[in-house]
Amino acid sequence: MPREERCRILIVGVGPAGIAAACAAAEFDDSVAVLDDNPAPGGQIWRGEENPRIAQLRDSRARVFSGTRAIAPLGGGSFLAEKDGEPVLFHYEKLILATGARELFLPFPGWTLPGVTGAGGLQAMVQCGLPIAGKRVVVAGTGPLLVAVATHLRERGAMIEAIAEQAPRRCLLRFGAELWRAPGKIVQALGFEWTLRGVPRFTDAWPIAAHGENCVKAVLLETRRGARLFPCDDLACGFGLVPNVELAALAGCELHGGFVAVDEWQQTSLDGVLCAGEPTGIGGVDRSIVEGRIAGYAAAGRRDRARKLFAARRRLHAFSAVLTRCFALRDELRHLARADTIVCRCEDVPLRNATEHPTARSARLHARCGMGACQGRVCGPALDFMLGWTEPAGRARPPLYPVSMATLAAACEEEPTHV
Amino acid sequence: MSDVAADVVVIGAGIVGAACAWVLARDGVSVHVLESGVPGGGATAAGMGHLVLIDQPEAEYALTRYSRDLWLQLAPAIPPEGEFRRCGTIWLAAGEEEYEAARSKHAWYGEHGLRSELLDSAALAAAEPNLRAGLAAGLLVPDDAVIYAPWVTRWLLQRSGATVSFGAAAVAVDGSGVTLADGGRIVCGAVVCATGCGATAMFPDLPLRPRKGHLAITDRYPGFVRHQLAELGYLKSAHGESRESVAFNVQPRATGQVLLGSSRQFGDESPDVRWPVLSRMIRHATEFMPALAGLQVTRVWTGFRAASDDGLPLIGPYGDAENVVLATGHEGLGITTALATGELVAAHILGREPAIPAAPYLPSRFGVRVNA
Amino acid sequence: MPENIAVKVNGVAVLVAPGTSAAAAVILAGFAACRASVTGAPRAPLCGMGICFECRALVNGVAHTRTCQVTCQPGMVISTDAA
Repeated sequence: MPREERCRILIVGVGPAGIAAACAAAEFDDSVAVLDDNPAPGGQIWRGEENPRIAQLRDSRARVFSGTRAIAPLGGGSFLAEKDGEPVLFHYEKLILATGARELFLPFPGWTLPGVTGAGGLQAMVQCGLPIAGKRVVVAGTGPLLVAVATHLRERGAMIEAIAEQAPRRCLLRFGAELWRAPGKIVQALGFEWTLRGVPRFTDAWPIAAHGENCVKAVLLETRRGARLFPCDDLACGFGLVPNVELAALAGCELHGGFVAVDEWQQTSLDGVLCAGEPTGIGGVDRSIVEGRIAGYAAAGRRDRARKLFAARRRLHAFSAVLTRCFALRDELRHLARADTIVCRCEDVPLRNATEHPTARSARLHARCGMGACQGRVCGPALDFMLGWTEPAGRARPPLYPVSMATLAAACEEEPTHV
Repeated sequence: MSDVAADVVVIGAGIVGAACAWVLARDGVSVHVLESGVPGGGATAAGMGHLVLIDQPEAEYALTRYSRDLWLQLAPAIPPEGEFRRCGTIWLAAGEEEYEAARSKHAWYGEHGLRSELLDSAALAAAEPNLRAGLAAGLLVPDDAVIYAPWVTRWLLQRSGATVSFGAAAVAVDGSGVTLADGGRIVCGAVVCATGCGATAMFPDLPLRPRKGHLAITDRYPGFVRHQLAELGYLKSAHGESRESVAFNVQPRATGQVLLGSSRQFGDESPDVRWPVLSRMIRHATEFMPALAGLQVTRVWTGFRAASDDGLPLIGPYGDAENVVLATGHEGLGITTALATGELVAAHILGREPAIPAAPYLPSRFGVRVNA
Repeated sequence: MPENIAVKVNGVAVLVAPGTSAAAAVILAGFAACRASVTGAPRAPLCGMGICFECRALVNGVAHTRTCQVTCQPGMVISTDAA
């Protein structure tokens, strides 16, 4: 028999939104459970870090199930998860999806070399013990994350050779001008600028190619003054964030423009299923926390408490809109990959094989693009951007993550009705 | 689309439609194929790609034997992406009764000039170390094979040289051609309807029902299983009428992934995974192959087999309309019998004697009539 | 002061700080790649958060383990495709 857990409110994901939702809900409900794949709470941005909010979660009444991978909603208030290869069946009344976001990776020649990682990805690995002191790092891509990551790495002894932001300079200036919307961020930004003094910074810049035999040795960056080569040990490269909407899509929630549609109470199109944070719209930590709290209070039946946060959420939504506009991806990034550049890393599918197909499904069935272990999470958003494929919900199939046969075998012990 | 003309229009680019197009084109016919979705994206993509000889009933035997031979002849031409592997099937006998059944089959195959080998318990364990101990026997059929059907479908289509209209949906068929959803018309001498379960949309009186199945595929574990493995009990499941059944059916893919089937359900037309059925299918499989339990499953999906009322496909003219030809109702043998279906369809359209008797598959056996 | 943890990567013994991921241990042991791609190219972690599956290796006998999601435990045995 699989291990079973019962709760009134089940929260999937224990990053900033999940933590906020759990703490808020647990103030008023003693039956709150949170599950998350990572070894410890904090999601990506607080990975391996001690943090007052994580401490608050520990002190709350919420039960936290870390190292527990979400596999699929089974219907009827049951949710299948897996821990250490064993099934865990959660029974719930209300579900809050706080599944966060992942980085958008765009293919370019050499991007599959060891040493080429995501921007947040490299920070996460360093948080988990990757040695970085004395290593030469180029940070590239887009968004405030680049500067935060570069700062973090420099503080740990990395030599930041360059930061290459693809957005035009005027967009960065506009972003700086809009920071008054989030005053805390101004102080933070000034801190980053101080730490990064002396580091070559580029706007209108992006990677053209990573060079090396068995690992990255140098990066060729396009800049406004032409291509420049930067020898390096690591290339940390992230082109913004992709919302993790797969679980919402699998559960049957409506999506709008690739994000989970929610009302003012963070309620999705499905009764009893709420969603908070990046899956409803990319907006960073502060937005995730506020939406998480609203969802937690709403799920616990305390709309009065949730309503008090609406103004803060409005401000953060306005800030999100600024973020999206300022760091929109430029058209040149659609054409970084060459015909022989691998676009699906799990199955080693080159771009030329993918471009023969009008849809993601056709490319998957006939070119194996997206048929591998990552289930299209890396190549999917990249090819959607590059080729205009549109199928985010279509890609959502069970299991949400690779899962052992044993867990699937135990998902439903009852004999199905049959003649 | 303005009026277009061709000798034959094939509706549906699944493996059966693609095979029909390929055979007809080979025989000099100009073919126009209509496909509303992804070629090989329907039931073809939910099949196991198993090319298998089925020994009964007689009509199924004739069709699978003929078609398997055609596949084996075509095999050297299939490019690597088609993943053709002559891995053979081992039919598993769990106990004494099934061992007896396996012995009779082995004898019968010998009488009919078909290769097979009876494996006792020890030989079975040597052939497939991951099977549980204590299975009574296995019947190895070495000339059975597997392909990756969606890719082979597209390959047959391209090889045929047929004109293919993607995103084109046929709404009506009559004696002189096909009418499309966008109002266009294709004038032709004959129409082949190879739309699987979709055939009942155009011909509501066809005795076809969708029979849902589940599949699961794993990450790469090269060498975990070497042959297609199926329990002898599978034959009861496939031909039975029960509302819901599972059977042990596991296959090595060329990539080293392990493909697991099979389940059968009537009366459920939602493509959603039915967890009780999937769980039961996997539990049943792990009884035969305990080591499956530790493999990582990367995808689970469902599909619908077109099942006719007597379990045999509908290949031949629809009612009185000699030039409207059905090629559907193949249940779980669409991939195996695609090439033979193509030959039977071409034989009918071109007015020649088919290589095997066509009578058992004629839709007229059901008294199917053209709508007035 | 929490003690360092002893693990083996492709037979090479390394001592890592508590909280170190198996992926980091592979680098610390001197191996640039965790796995070989389906066409044999060396691959190392990309996303650092468990979604890209490039960091897979054999960990304590379990194939296809995402090393970036696994924290080193005493005696852990890690084998990459290079082994």
